This record gives sequence, structure tokens and C-alpha cells, in this order.
Amino acid sequence: MTSRKVEVLVGLFVALAIAASLMLALNVASQGSVGQGDTYTLYAKFDNIGGLKERSSVKVGGVVIGRVEKIKLDPKDFTPVVTLSISTTYDQFPETSSASILTSGLLGEQYVGFQPGFTIDDIENLADGDYIADTKSALVLEDLIGQFLFSKGSD
Amino acid sequence: MKNLIDIDSLTFKRGNRVIYDNISLHIPEGKTTAIMGPSGIGKTTLLKLIGGQLRPNSGDIKFRGESIPGMTRKRLFHVRRQMSMLFQSGALFTDISVFDNIAYPLREHSNLSEDLIKTIVLLKLQAVGLRGAVNLMPSELSGGMARRAALARAIALDPELILYDEPFAGQDPISMGVLVKLIKELNNALNLTSVVVTHDVNEVMSIADHVYILAEKKIIGSGTPEQIKQSDSALVQQFLRGEADGPVPFHYPAKSLEQEFLGVN
Amino acid sequence: MDWLAKLGQATIDRFAAIGRATGMLMGAIIAAPQVKNIPLTIKQIYVVGVQSLSIIVVSGLFIGMVMALQGYTILVDYGAEGSLGPMVALSILRELGPVVTALLFAGRAGSALTAEIGLMKATEQLSSLEMMAVDPLRRVVAPRLWAGLISMPMLTMIFSAVGILGGHLVGVEWLGVDVGSYWSIMQSTVEWNEDVMNGVIKSVFFAFVITWIAIFKGYDSTPTSEGISAATTQTVVYSSLAVLGLDFVLTAIMFGIE
Repeated sequence: MTSRKVEVLVGLFVALAIAASLMLALNVASQGSVGQGDTYTLYAKFDNIGGLKERSSVKVGGVVIGRVEKIKLDPKDFTPVVTLSISTTYDQFPETSSASILTSGLLGEQYVGFQPGFTIDDIENLADGDYIADTKSALVLEDLIGQFLFSKGSD
Repeated sequence: MKNLIDIDSLTFKRGNRVIYDNISLHIPEGKTTAIMGPSGIGKTTLLKLIGGQLRPNSGDIKFRGESIPGMTRKRLFHVRRQMSMLFQSGALFTDISVFDNIAYPLREHSNLSEDLIKTIVLLKLQAVGLRGAVNLMPSELSGGMARRAALARAIALDPELILYDEPFAGQDPISMGVLVKLIKELNNALNLTSVVVTHDVNEVMSIADHVYILAEKKIIGSGTPEQIKQSDSALVQQFLRGEADGPVPFHYPAKSLEQEFLGVN
Repeated sequence: MDWLAKLGQATIDRFAAIGRATGMLMGAIIAAPQVKNIPLTIKQIYVVGVQSLSIIVVSGLFIGMVMALQGYTILVDYGAEGSLGPMVALSILRELGPVVTALLFAGRAGSALTAEIGLMKATEQLSSLEMMAVDPLRRVVAPRLWAGLISMPMLTMIFSAVGILGGHLVGVEWLGVDVGSYWSIMQSTVEWNEDVMNGVIKSVFFAFVITWIAIFKGYDSTPTSEGISAATTQTVVYSSLAVLGLDFVLTAIMFGIE
């Protein structure tokens, strides 16, 4: 009942759709993006998270290794707790590693810069659910200007 | 004589309008029964009731003694394989060729090989004289040819009952003659039961074994064609002779002329 | 009192129609998995999918080009024209792709579906199937429903891909945005699950709603020329409104702030 021409054209249509989705997968969306594969969770407390948002990236030397999963305020000491989900490909970070909130470019988005620490024999690696002890808060422009004016004034 | 279909005290309403008021009629097996009546009294509705597409408000329709309105959908579909209907428009599927149209019920309801289906289709088309038109599309057929092709489709599964809905409406005299001949031959050759709904008096009188005349929600006359011709009912006579005025008035019910134009009560 | 009765009547009619539409849908979905339906579905994919391809590709291309042009003139003021890629890609993948494809699909394929089924009803083809002991829900409605559900996400993918290429054409080839930053910033921003798949999921919902409305309007139409033309208009109006309303709900669920 279905003619050959119809079958061929439908086949072409499906091929085109597959080509389009391949293009979207390979050229448009981030490849091997974190969030798809297995991840483990780390926590980091910051005094101030600035403009960090959920889904912001976590980078080591510019390479994305994970995403910010959740941002909450610790109900006891009122400091922000950032939940990071890190790809299990990178599970060898020592406990001495540090996290800081950085800005890409002058007006760019904020991300978590991760600095792997030194490795000595008796230092263990960060495991799922650990807190990163060494953190540096975001630079808030208003604070900087305030400090600058204050130091000017005291001269 | 056995009856294939018995309709007992059937009442059917469309909204608040009564179409049939307590009618009973019987369709004998192996015969051609004609149901005649003026336009707009719902003759097609009667066929749809027999086919189980509509349900009566009261009364019963029996096919071989089994109530059609009482059937489950599955059973109804099973029974419908033994009947087929020739629609007024032919109702051929416009997106497939004449061949595929006639092969359609075969492909749906049988597991015959394509070779066998081809043979059957060609035989059925031969019976209606359209074997040459097998590869045409329905839009390329004339009205009469479309109806013949639809007839070939209706007999594809060798049904026991064929319901003809206005088979002669809008046909030129030649195609009308062809259709009359076909209905008669099919009935004789295949020993079918035929129900012909029409208002073409002369054509149907020549082939029918039994005639019912419907008007004003009732059956106003029934019998063999001869009995009907001799009927003393004024209504039946008006219908048979095609008179403009009579018990069925020429004018649609309206206010009197005086009232309409002069406002006199 | 009269208007109250009319209001009641209208409400009852609406609910009755929703009931009939649900019944039709159930009949079609339950009847769906049949081997004989596969060729019919392929044929319908040809009708609703392949034949909508040209309008989808052309619209996708132009919308991508316009997005790039508009985006560039705004972004260049902030020196941020490097972000043109993600801007074009995200707005097309998340919103414009699914929504514009759905609106075009409603106009192109939805109206055709309604008219076709309405005409099949008017020319007694549906009745004729019934009398052949063939369920029209199975042979007419189900293949069209599946074809719509299969075709729309594919059309949306194609629309999005072509739109992003259109953005490349205008942004990179014409306006001189750096080709590397167009694609690489896009890649680092766009996520497969969050952005691409959500757009595709949206389009599945849209396909379902449009095809359902279109088929039901045809199936339920008054079998006259006025009836069919009214049903066709209603299909386009109702399904466009349904797509836009549903889009808001889906966007709120997918990207909404908790």
C-alpha cells in the first residue's frame, strides 16, 4: 500500500532528523558534559557567594570538572553552603584542595575555581560528601570600593 | 420463508424529532426488498440502524434472530462481515486506487496471498464491468463508475446481505440501467439478500420482490410490486405517480397567504 | 434566566465534547499496536512530516538569521558579541524551536488533518469503514496520531539545527563574529539534557495536543462544507492557543525557579 517513493522520502526525513540531533549533540551541546555521567558530591562553605548560581561550572585551570548543584544557607551559622557535583573521572583530589569563587572576565559569569592541593603520603583524597576546608569567597565590588575609600580616608 | 432481518416496533428519534414511530418490517432471506419513500424521511437512517451504526430509542432489530442493538462491539463487527453497504456517494477511499479499494476488505479480514487477492479483485471488477479501470484513482471515475466500483468492493467478501443506499440517485439512464441489471444479477447469482432504499419507483419495482413504502414516520404500504400498484391509499398512489400535490402537500407548512401578506388573523 | 440556561447548555456541550475527545483518544491508543498499521503510519509520517519539512527548514533558517542579527546589534554594544552563539542556540533550543515548529505544524499539518478526516466523514468513508467491520479509530485515527507524535520532535530537531546554522551564517559569515567563539562558547553553555532534551520533550507534548485537537475536530465535525471549514479554523486557533499556554506551563516546570 505504501509506495516506494513515500518510503524513501520518510527514510530521508528520519536520516535528516538524526543528522540534526547529531549536530546538536556534537557541535552545540557541551560534550561529555558533567551532569550526565556519574558524579560525586562535595560541599564548600563560603562567607559570600556573590553572583554564583546553581548550574554554574566548577573548573580546574579552566577545565570544567563539575557543576554547582545547590546553594543553601546553613541554618546554624548562617553561612552559604554550596553543593558541588564533580565528575567521578576526577576523584583524586587531595584534602588540601581549595575552592574559590571567581569571575570569568570583567562582566562574565561567576564560577567555582578549584585548586588541587599538594599531596603528601598521609593526606587522603576528598571523598563523596566531604567538605572543602579551604575556601575563598567571591569578590564583591561594593566591598572593594568601600575598602579602597576607607584606606584612602585613613591616609 | 425465513427472514434475515426483523424489525419490531422500532422508534427512533433525532433530538426531539421523531424519525420512525413504532414501525415493524421484515426482510426475507434471498430476496430483494425495496424501501421507498419521499426524500428526507430518513431512509438512510434505517440502513444505519440495520448496520448497527445507530441505536434505536425503543424496539428491536434482529439479524438472524440476534438483536443488533444488544450486541457487543466485537460481535457487531463480526456480524458486519456478513453484510455490506453501498453508500450513496460510493464512499471509495480517495487516496488509494480502485484495485486497493476493492482489495481493502480482503486485506483487512483475510490472510489471503497477494496473488489470490489480485484474482478476486479482478473477478469482482469483471462482475461490475470495470476490470479495465483497475489502476485508476477514484477521482478519475465518473459517478456511475464510482458506484459500480463501490459495489465491487461491497461484494468482495461475498456478504449475505447488501444494503443499497439510493443506488440510482443522480444517475443517467444508461448507468441506471446498468445498476438495475447488476443488482438483479448479483441477487440471483450469489443468492444474496438485498435491501434497496430508493425513491426511483420504476427502476426498483422491476427488481423488487417485496416493497415497503415509508412516509410520515410510518409504513404506509407494503406488499409485492403488484399489490402496491393496486393499493387504494391516496398517499401511496401519489408517490407512485409522482403527483405534485396530494396527501403530501406541495407547500411546506406555512401561514396562510392572507396572514402572511395582509397581517389578517 | 435565559442566559443562565444558555451558559449551562454551553458548559454541558463543552464537557460532552471533552468526553467524546477522550473516548476517541482511548480508542485510538488502545487500538494502536498492530502490524497492519505500520505502513499506514509511515504514509502519514510522509504526509505530516516530510511535507512539512520545507516550511520548517525555511522558517528555521530565517529565524536563526534574524536572531543573530538582533542579538548582534544588542550584544556588540557591551562588547559581548562572543556570546552570540549561546544566545541564538539557547533561545532556539528552549523556546523558538519547539514553539514555532508547533505553530507551523498546527497551520500546515493540523489543518490538513482536520480537513481530511472531516471530508472522509462527509463522503461517508468513515461510515463505510464501520460497515466493513473496520474500526476507523484503528485505521484512520491511530496512524495519524502516531505519525504526529513521531514527526514533530524530528521536525523540531531539524528546525533548531537549521536555525543555529542560520545564526552562524549571519553572525559569523556576515557580521564577522569569531567562528571559534560562536561555537565554543555555545558548546560550553548549552547542555544536552537541560536545553536540547527539554526542547524535544516540549515538542512531544505539543505534538500530542495538536494532533489530538486536529483529529478530534475532523472526527467530530458537521459533515458539510461549512462544518469542515469551521472545524479547520478551530483546529488552528485552539491548537495554537493550547501550544502557547502549555509552553508557559512546561517552561515553568522545566526552568522555573524553585
